[in-house]
Amino acid sequence: MTSVDVERSITVTVNGVPREATLPVRRLLSDALRHDLGLTGTHVGCEHGVCGACTVLVDGTPVRSCLVFAVQVDGASVTTVEGLAREDHQGGQVLHPVQEAFRECHALQCGFCTPGFLVTIAAGLEARDRSAEITEEEVDEIVGGNLCRCTGYANIKKAVRHAAAAMRPEHTGHFGGGDGAW
Amino acid sequence: MTTKLFGEPVRRREDARLIIGKGRYLDDIGAQALAAAFVRSPHAHARITDIDVEGALDVEGLVAIYTYEDLTGPMAEPLPVLIPHPQLHAPRTGYPLANGEVNHVGEPVVMVVATDRYLAEDAAERIVVSYEELPVVVGVDAAREAASAVHTEIPDNVAARHHQETGDVEAALAGATRTLSFTQYIERSACMPLEGKGVHARWDPADSSLRVYSSTQASTSVRAAIAAKLELSLDAVEVIAPDVGGGFGVKIVHPWPEELLVPMAAIKLGQEVKWAEDRREHFIGSAHERQQRQEITVGYGDDGRITALDVHAWHDNGAYTPYGIIVPIVTATQLVGPYAIPVYRVVVESVYTNTVIVTPYRGAGRPQGCFAMERTMDRIADDLGLDRAEVRRRNLIQPDQFPYDHHLTFQDGRPVIYDSGDYPGLLAKLEALVDWDGIEARRAEAASRGKLLGAGMAMYVEGTGPGPYEGGHVQVLGSGKVLVATGLTSQGQGHETSFAQIVASELGVPIEDVEVTTGDTRRFPYAVGTFASRAAVMSGNAIALAARGVREKALRIAAEVLEADPADLEIEDGVVGVKGTPGATIPLRTVAVLSNPLRYAFDEAAKQATQFARAGSDDRPPVAVGDAPGLEHRDYYSPIRSTFASGAHAAVVEIDPKTWEIDVVSYAVVHDCGNVVNPMIVEGQVHGGVAQGVAGALYERMAYDADGQLQNASFMDFLMPYATEVPDVVIDHQQTPSPLNPLGIKGAGEAGVIPGTAAIASAIEDATGRRIAAMPISPTELYDVMRSPDWEGTAAAGRRTGVGA
Repeated sequence: MTSVDVERSITVTVNGVPREATLPVRRLLSDALRHDLGLTGTHVGCEHGVCGACTVLVDGTPVRSCLVFAVQVDGASVTTVEGLAREDHQGGQVLHPVQEAFRECHALQCGFCTPGFLVTIAAGLEARDRSAEITEEEVDEIVGGNLCRCTGYANIKKAVRHAAAAMRPEHTGHFGGGDGAW
Repeated sequence: MTTKLFGEPVRRREDARLIIGKGRYLDDIGAQALAAAFVRSPHAHARITDIDVEGALDVEGLVAIYTYEDLTGPMAEPLPVLIPHPQLHAPRTGYPLANGEVNHVGEPVVMVVATDRYLAEDAAERIVVSYEELPVVVGVDAAREAASAVHTEIPDNVAARHHQETGDVEAALAGATRTLSFTQYIERSACMPLEGKGVHARWDPADSSLRVYSSTQASTSVRAAIAAKLELSLDAVEVIAPDVGGGFGVKIVHPWPEELLVPMAAIKLGQEVKWAEDRREHFIGSAHERQQRQEITVGYGDDGRITALDVHAWHDNGAYTPYGIIVPIVTATQLVGPYAIPVYRVVVESVYTNTVIVTPYRGAGRPQGCFAMERTMDRIADDLGLDRAEVRRRNLIQPDQFPYDHHLTFQDGRPVIYDSGDYPGLLAKLEALVDWDGIEARRAEAASRGKLLGAGMAMYVEGTGPGPYEGGHVQVLGSGKVLVATGLTSQGQGHETSFAQIVASELGVPIEDVEVTTGDTRRFPYAVGTFASRAAVMSGNAIALAARGVREKALRIAAEVLEADPADLEIEDGVVGVKGTPGATIPLRTVAVLSNPLRYAFDEAAKQATQFARAGSDDRPPVAVGDAPGLEHRDYYSPIRSTFASGAHAAVVEIDPKTWEIDVVSYAVVHDCGNVVNPMIVEGQVHGGVAQGVAGALYERMAYDADGQLQNASFMDFLMPYATEVPDVVIDHQQTPSPLNPLGIKGAGEAGVIPGTAAIASAIEDATGRRIAAMPISPTELYDVMRSPDWEGTAAAGRRTGVGA
């Protein structure tokens, strides 16, 4: 048995649900999510950590899941695009403000890079002071590490501004950001 | 919701699944499939002397290894030349797996199938292929010099000599008041969709049928190619393009070797097999575009009006010519742009190199043609001391000259006759949008900050929506749901939304009831594909015609029920009613039920159509002669020739003379694609195109070394722009409807990318006073231009005396 065949069991909380898996130690987190856990919303665009399509949140921080072995996140909490929306009280789904904003602002075309942008932006917006109006520099900082080949980014940036506005504490608009849920 | 949605910025219907991670892209399919991986050539030109698979055989999980020796029948023959042309005198294509020789790095040599991709790659890396290296040809100039040949039997490396002329150019140039000649280069880039190619195949041995998913722009033709190559009956093969993560042209090429080999393995193994291209494979194993050398001579008068244009270009087609000479033809014919060129001659020599094949990338030869024409305009302006906008204005085709015949033959074999346009209108809007007259003031302001500012502009005309045809099928179900299908595919253009808008508007139904399927041969088997900005023009019109057919039938049936004249009926919100008579209505879903005379009531609604429920004439059959059951219609749109969209772009750059960094500070677009189905989607297409235009001007190139190794085959080294590199874009619209199709629309997909390189080159030249004759240009290359002792200045360089490195 060579080292690549060594398997290890891990427990990871994925989108709030504890999941267990026994995986070869060389299995990338991106592949584990997609192929072992069936969460195909996370996409792989370059397999060398540049495009950001595979970005997921590990304990709330954006991470390129193609650069991480699955066994490295043993015990951690992982959020993928499938976990961005919240369930409402009627068993329905409330989209994250950034998901709403992407649709409203036409911030996606083919949609392949979109999951990576969504989780990156969600984390970026949640980490900032929501009471302050977002600046262009902040927008560039949040989206500047992900590649999109379709949109030319204009509408992605617009969506970030929209989502940031919806997440301001005083906002009571249709994004539902005013209740502090996000 | 209103049913008149044509022209509205309707939010996209496909987004609902894509923003929650429920898209279904190629690699999301077939969780249990075996995985394929490829051994690819590490050499640009070599003879294969041995393939030793011994080392791979003990890799756990290995299922099969295939080399050329395992290919039989049509699979052992070269891949098809998809678009033959009489001037393509020496076409060459590769084999699905290399047959004794490789002609570029990345050419597939061995296919390995294993239980998962990791193991398939483990096995692939243990296969030892021995090569005898051959001389390598890289770059258009080396191909032209032909010191060695890519294909031995083609010693001059010339695949095709494409030639068109509209008069005696030699005489016209001899008689011209002024002439000038210059040579310029444009480099290679690539489509680079975020999702690479991919294929999944499932063979059902019980009924001998094959289902293939491919990340393709042409599922119907992939189907036909698979059936031909694997010797299957067409009806035994279905091909589906699932959600496709971008295409931009590279996925119109087919059949890719993998599109044949993966189904072949699925059949041989009786198991699902999948291959998803990785990024390095995409760089070296798919397609690139753009590289040309252009030699241009133009004759013109003292007023700047062109009297003759002579263009000789060399086009690098890479190792093979599966897509024929479409890119050279498009360059040759679209080069003339919005201008009246009295006499024009163009020769494009398509030459072989030991590099990845060159096939259409968004723009498909147009950016190169635009680069040639627009830089010619700049040179004329510079020579005469005229404003660059003024020289363009003097050469424009006028609005009263349509239809305008260029006496050229387009990529569809049809004449280049512009259908409609208003080019002076575009130019006037562009000058206002970018404040062309205010550039000198901006230059002075930038200079006060130590920056060099310059502006450039470029105009284009884009032939869109070439034939031969597309089709549409519209069916109203008894539930009221309206199913729409067309055969061409989607890669992010929002067809599910635009086509639903067309049907909702034509048929008078809520858009929520409309469901659109594209690129699925089960639903619509006749199609050409998504390329050349043709989907809205071709399938949009076909679907509109199909919806009109459904409407006509619905009104006929409803008229019988309502005892009214069909001409007095209207459909609104899915209900047929008599105009001006409230209450006299019948829901379209009921009409759908009644359209299909039944014996069996399988549900409540169906009861209305059964034989004892429905009154009918005893002397007429339930389904009239020439009629058919069901409220559905299939129709096709086949245009007499392409429509011609147009536009004008302006770029303003600021250059830092310390670092020679080039910053695009303003980018203005005026765009005319006729009637617009969804302005939000069209603007999105323009934004994306501009980003690729800026990328091609300043950042992206395929950096081959002399050995044919692609030095930057990763996203680390190939500089695709991030958000921070793409300028803000301001857009103004003009709408000149096409008289050629029912909806009056022209294509919009590629437009944004076309003038970027030309406009930005012009802007840099304006800022620096130095000739820019090769694009893209990096800060380092600009620095080299600036410090070169034999730099060529523009006549306008006198204004930039303080500029230098």
